[in-house]
Amino acid sequence: MSMKILTLVKYVPDATGDRRFTEDMTTDRDAVDGLLSELDEYAVEQALQISESHGDAEVIVVTMGPADAKDALRKALSMGADRAVHTDDEDLHGTDVFGTSSVLAELVQHVGFDLVVCGMASTDGGMGVLPALLAERLGVPQVTLLSEVAVDDGVVSGLRDGDTATERLQAELPAVVSVTDRSGEARYPSFKGIMAAKKKPVEYLDLDDLGIDAATVGLAGSWTAVDTATARPPRTAGSVVKDDGDGGTRLAEFLASQKFI
Amino acid sequence: MGEVLVLVEHADGRVRKPALELLTLARRIGEPSAVVLGAGEAADSIRAKAAEYGAVKVYVADAAQFADYHVVPKVDALAQIARAADAVALLVTSSGEGKEIAARVALRLNSGIITDAINVHAGERGPIATQSVFAASYQVTSTVTEGTPVITVKPNATSPEPAPAEGTVENVSVTFSAAATGTKVVSRVARVSSGRPELTEAAMIVSGGRGVGAAEGFSVVEELADSLGAAVGASRAAVDAGWYPHSNQVGQTGKQVSPQLYIANGISGAIQHRAGMQTSKTIVAVNKDPEAPIFDLSDFGVVGDLFDVLPQLTAQIKARKS
Ligand SMILES: Cc1cc2nc3c(=O)[nH]c(=O)nc-3n(C[C@H](O)[C@H](O)[C@H](O)COP(=O)(O)OP(=O)(O)OC[C@H]3O[C@@H](n4cnc5c(N)ncnc54)[C@H](O)[C@@H]3O)c2cc1C
Ligand SMILES: Nc1ncnc2c1ncn2[C@@H]1O[C@H](COP(=O)(O)O)[C@@H](O)[C@H]1O
Repeated sequence: MSMKILTLVKYVPDATGDRRFTEDMTTDRDAVDGLLSELDEYAVEQALQISESHGDAEVIVVTMGPADAKDALRKALSMGADRAVHTDDEDLHGTDVFGTSSVLAELVQHVGFDLVVCGMASTDGGMGVLPALLAERLGVPQVTLLSEVAVDDGVVSGLRDGDTATERLQAELPAVVSVTDRSGEARYPSFKGIMAAKKKPVEYLDLDDLGIDAATVGLAGSWTAVDTATARPPRTAGSVVKDDGDGGTRLAEFLASQKFI
Repeated sequence: MGEVLVLVEHADGRVRKPALELLTLARRIGEPSAVVLGAGEAADSIRAKAAEYGAVKVYVADAAQFADYHVVPKVDALAQIARAADAVALLVTSSGEGKEIAARVALRLNSGIITDAINVHAGERGPIATQSVFAASYQVTSTVTEGTPVITVKPNATSPEPAPAEGTVENVSVTFSAAATGTKVVSRVARVSSGRPELTEAAMIVSGGRGVGAAEGFSVVEELADSLGAAVGASRAAVDAGWYPHSNQVGQTGKQVSPQLYIANGISGAIQHRAGMQTSKTIVAVNKDPEAPIFDLSDFGVVGDLFDVLPQLTAQIKARKS
């Protein structure tokens, strides 16, 4: 039977842009152009590699996000994913991670899956907890923050670099995994891939399709509130000296003046 | 005052410093209780340390599951203890594992979660957490509006202050869920300590980037670090090249640090690197390129070759210290 690999990708504001908050204290998604979260490219790459090594497998990219999030799906499709599913609903504005995880849990069950591959964290919210929450909601194992991942005979295994140890983890499918930016460079879409992506199917689903009550998501359904957001005063450049054979000495003088030595 | 549960991170039978920071913060918002899971024979000494830093109660649970299976056994334990204690808040260290445990526990308790706090204060409507977001360009304060606030706190949020308390032991026998044994830990290799300060705990950090050129090049970075008693950091470019371990990476996908002094050597200052270090108190940069963006955020910069500047600086520091 064909293996169904879902890869979850998020459409995020470009990190190199001037990211801001809007008046309702949510991420301003208009101020800066969006793109496929760079950390999710690694998830797409690993999903494709697992599919390629498995032979009989299908890679489906899934996102929850505004209409423009289709750009993120397109990128993943042009990298080689087979098809896409997009959940977009006005009521989702301001949804927190619990809401997101409940929508995505419904969504992946709706599509069906053997393996869900996530990125390590989104580059905007960056909590890095969605994969764990998804596993909790689905009642399947989480095998997360992997720098190496492989699927063999219905078992997923991988290497997790923790703060104090490196662990080899293993679980039976179905499972949720997340991969880090050390899992291997993501491929660039080829011209052929970009052309092919235009013809690949994208399925749209709203909250009704998923049977989700709008009151449980969005800003109102959020279990946390941002009360204040203050731009950090930009750092000002101090003095810069050119090394004329005395750079180290002048640096030592600076450090001494600041009482570091 | 209600109980604030602190999940105590430990390794090699010792309490990790961030746990003592959490106990210190917990005192601001309630009465601290420590939760010590899977510590084996070290539980006694960990209990003593937690008590020294203010733990009125210490919940101790031990079972093979904590070491043999991933994340869920600890989720089962913490959720069970939180319910029984009717805790008013939970504090967990913001490590990869800490955040995952905290999130799953929060979901089970129907409670909101705030991750990566850099400070926690008492507020009228429960604890107020401060976070640094968008590559540290914004500071936000947040509160949990539903359930028992679950907050994960980054290392170095405060300095640990002793405040001796009873530390009464409550032994807990955990009822594990069916999911507890879902992810097996097949093997575990402990990270060997470099003998230098931990990156996230250090007051001073000396970092090297692509400009260091090779693994051997890091010796000038290490020598400078050792002369200051500093930790060693690296950019992702240096880590990807295999010149320095990933555990030393500073930035978005590495460690986020906030030391008193950060010295960046041969690092250009990409946004993803800045995300991990721009809240440092004083920033110093050495770079050959006068246009390198790192100079925009440096308090003092030297345009020059790091292989000339660093050894001279190290020699000066050693001379001044002796
Ligand atoms: C999703 C994502 C996550 C990322 N996460 C991180 C992260 O966590 N941490 C991180 O650091 N990066 C991260 N990056 C990578 C980041 O974008 C940069 O590529 C990286 O920080 C560059 O490292 P560097 O400054 O060492 O190298 P470069 O940008 O190549 O800069 C090297 C600098 O060294 C100088 N130099 C060269 N030789 C010498 C010499 N002899 N003496 C003095 N100066 C010299 C050069 O002038 C140059 O400025 C991430 C990128 C992405 C897309
Ligand atoms: N809105 C979303 N749509 C699809 N996937 C998401 C979404 N938000 C988060 N994810 C996935 O969950 C991972 C971790 O996200 P986070 O917990 O938000 O840091 C990301 O790398 C994605 O793989």
